Amino acid sequence: MEEKRHINIQYDNELREVKDSLIYVGALTEKAIEQGIIALLNRDTEMARQVIANDSLIDKLDIEIEEKCIRLLALRQPAAKDLRFITTAIKINGHLERIGDMVVKIAEKTIILNQEPLLKPYVDLPRMAEVAQRMIKESLDAFVNEDVALAHKVRKDDEIIDKLNEQIFRELLTFMMENPHTIHRAMIISQISKSLERISDHAEGIADMVIYMVTGESVRHKPTSAENG
Amino acid sequence: MAETAEITVNTLNFYYSGTIHALKNISLPVYKHSVTALIGPSGCGKTTLLRCFNRMHDLYPNNRYEGEILLGKENILDNATDLITLRSRIGMVFQKPTPFPMSIFDNIAYGLKLKGITNRAVQSGRVEKALHDAHLWAEVKDKLKSSAYELSGGQQQRLVIARALAVDPEILLFDEPTSALDPLSTAKIEELIELLRKQITIIIVTHNMQQAARISDWTGFLMLGELIEFDRTDKIFTTPSQKLTEDYVTGRFG
Repeated sequence: MEEKRHINIQYDNELREVKDSLIYVGALTEKAIEQGIIALLNRDTEMARQVIANDSLIDKLDIEIEEKCIRLLALRQPAAKDLRFITTAIKINGHLERIGDMVVKIAEKTIILNQEPLLKPYVDLPRMAEVAQRMIKESLDAFVNEDVALAHKVRKDDEIIDKLNEQIFRELLTFMMENPHTIHRAMIISQISKSLERISDHAEGIADMVIYMVTGESVRHKPTSAENG
Repeated sequence: MAETAEITVNTLNFYYSGTIHALKNISLPVYKHSVTALIGPSGCGKTTLLRCFNRMHDLYPNNRYEGEILLGKENILDNATDLITLRSRIGMVFQKPTPFPMSIFDNIAYGLKLKGITNRAVQSGRVEKALHDAHLWAEVKDKLKSSAYELSGGQQQRLVIARALAVDPEILLFDEPTSALDPLSTAKIEELIELLRKQITIIIVTHNMQQAARISDWTGFLMLGELIEFDRTDKIFTTPSQKLTEDYVTGRFG
């Protein structure tokens, strides 16, 4: 990093601690999605339970990071880039925590699904999970490297997820219309798909904040199509 | 929001003792009924700039101005400018309180006498109003005849502000007005500045960046005699456009 150091070096260390903690939580959530989706595909109830249990660490770190940020705001009165970094960190922290909760929801649904026979082999769900996982990774890479172009890409990728989510819903509708006995399972799968869609929304939210942090420009609630990215 | 410039500085250059080039091509507007803060590291020229606005530099020989500072249509750097009138239109409050060695009442009446207001009843009214405006009236109304030196530092600073307000200035210059005060007195002065903004234009030099952020509408960042950036204060402290400004406000300077 060519960034100049603060006159007060301890301040630099505190900012870096926040960044490192966020990267760590980001890695935990990525891993949670991966395991959550493996548990779903392999119908592995034990692994689903593990995913649920692991979320408590993400929750604990969520509180720790927020406390660190609030302390920095109160004691260091950050300005300009530092201020944008800390407000971004607070928001990213919230997004990651929500992603963790979404993965827990997926794991809970998996456990319910495992008590019934498989409705159909999953094709689009793993693709969706893969894109969502990549979006989280890339949004955090964009954060670490202050990479605005990558953040714009993440915002665009959200469209892929939205399409897959719709596709899954339409397919499930045909199952439900043909055989009402599938409704319970189809509804649960639809909820899982919805959770993945929400996860990608949170990744998009992280990307929005990265763009704000680097450029000072707010792109939230603006359509991605209007951008050159 | 349409802003009206009360003062316009155009390519101002200033030389101490005729040789030291302390201000370099400074241009900026000072908007009416707003607070403009000048910030920057020691020796950047912010106090030098502040002192140009009421020609304080004329107190020493060989200091030289170039360019113009327009107050309305009048260039106050013009040789023909009457400095006594100028300094009653553009008042100044210094770092350390500077009460005169006389009573609280006389401190404020002093400027009125200079302006030719000698009627005691008129003076009393103006003194009371100035003390009210400076939020000091309640604390001193029973001891107007006491020496100004009996007041605390924060009260003295508000007395000095009252003295400046008594002659109805259009602009008040503050040079580090709270650096010698405790946090509570500082908060009172800051509150006062925020209230005064409704009736007068304020320019403040401060080393305390948080103070600039709290009380000013516009901020100019100076370095080595140059104006690096001038913008709305919230812009300067959230998304400054110059790297040098960013380094300074985030504490990455030096």
